[in-house]
Amino acid sequence: MSLLSSSASITRFKVEGKIEEPIVENIENGLMTNVFKEIDNDSTELSAGWTSINNSFKPDFKGSSFVFGTLFIFSLRIDKKSISSKIINKYYNIEMAKRLAECKQEYLSSNEKKSIKENVTNILSLRIPATPNIYDLIWNYEESSLWFFSTLKNAIENLETLFSKSFNLSLINLFPYTTADLMIGLSDSDRDVLSKSSPTKFTEQ
Amino acid sequence: MLDISISYNKFKFLGYEFMTWLWFAIEEGKLINTDKKPILLEIGNRIVFENSLNNTIETIIIKGDEAGLEEGILALKKGAVVTELNLVYKENEQKWQFTLKGENLNIAGIKTPDTGNIEKQEDIEGVILEKVYLYNKVVEIIDTLFKKFIKIRLSNKWNDETVPLIRNWINS
Repeated sequence: MSLLSSSASITRFKVEGKIEEPIVENIENGLMTNVFKEIDNDSTELSAGWTSINNSFKPDFKGSSFVFGTLFIFSLRIDKKSISSKIINKYYNIEMAKRLAECKQEYLSSNEKKSIKENVTNILSLRIPATPNIYDLIWNYEESSLWFFSTLKNAIENLETLFSKSFNLSLINLFPYTTADLMIGLSDSDRDVLSKSSPTKFTEQ
Repeated sequence: MLDISISYNKFKFLGYEFMTWLWFAIEEGKLINTDKKPILLEIGNRIVFENSLNNTIETIIIKGDEAGLEEGILALKKGAVVTELNLVYKENEQKWQFTLKGENLNIAGIKTPDTGNIEKQEDIEGVILEKVYLYNKVVEIIDTLFKKFIKIRLSNKWNDETVPLIRNWINS
């Protein structure tokens, strides 16, 4: 659980929009619609979906199990199969030699080569288990804020896409400009000064 | 609001200036919370600087628990900006340590005081909420300080008072 680890990293977001009543049931539906699906027994190379914070390998969102006090806490699981290009190349060459021997030819067409490579990749994808990565998140619905326990670009992109697909809400990443613009309660004139601001030179006298 | 990716890059400098102001405010004992009590924040074991020279970016990292920060001041004198600060926060003999990144305000490597142990399934919720409470301490401090910085940054006080004070500190 990245949330409880001894050293964690947090990316913060503002959640734009609200869920229709009944909120908890609708969030449960969103989670179930995009629940994590295992890919170990098929040739899919990547899978991303929601999972439970306390049982990442057997997601269960029933009975408000993702509700902790006033917070919604669950995880994003991203599994990926990484097959080394050297392994693909090895089996591709074995298969190609076999095919050439079978049809007693010296060359294969580019379409045949492509088909062999795809076939080899699919077979290897079935044999190689996916590596799981689990990233926890805390959604404070009342304050429209979300903490995501990762700063990895790829994980953040998956989060933004899946969150929008599941709940029909947008996430706005809170970096310096968006934090100033959206979270501080600036007046219109302050906002104008902000948008026209330029870097300060601390070495200039 | 401006396009997100444009505003991210165009206003990155705000985060770097926040880091520089924060370091200055810590060193000069100028950090006070809304109750007018000092915020017990210290520089930790790492500061990262960036200097743009002739279209190339130079990164300077000062690290180590006993690291001298004179090199950091020297980097500022040469026109570098602070891009990351490792910070230590202390309250009631408890300690939090984390790295704040200027570019995106991400909090990295956050270490909080210990929580209770999970011995039974029923303990999980309590421990998670305790951990959230501990993370929230850091988030609240960052929010308070960033708000204070932005209010100064957008006022005349920035150019009239704060920037001259920071320049004096760099050159002292």
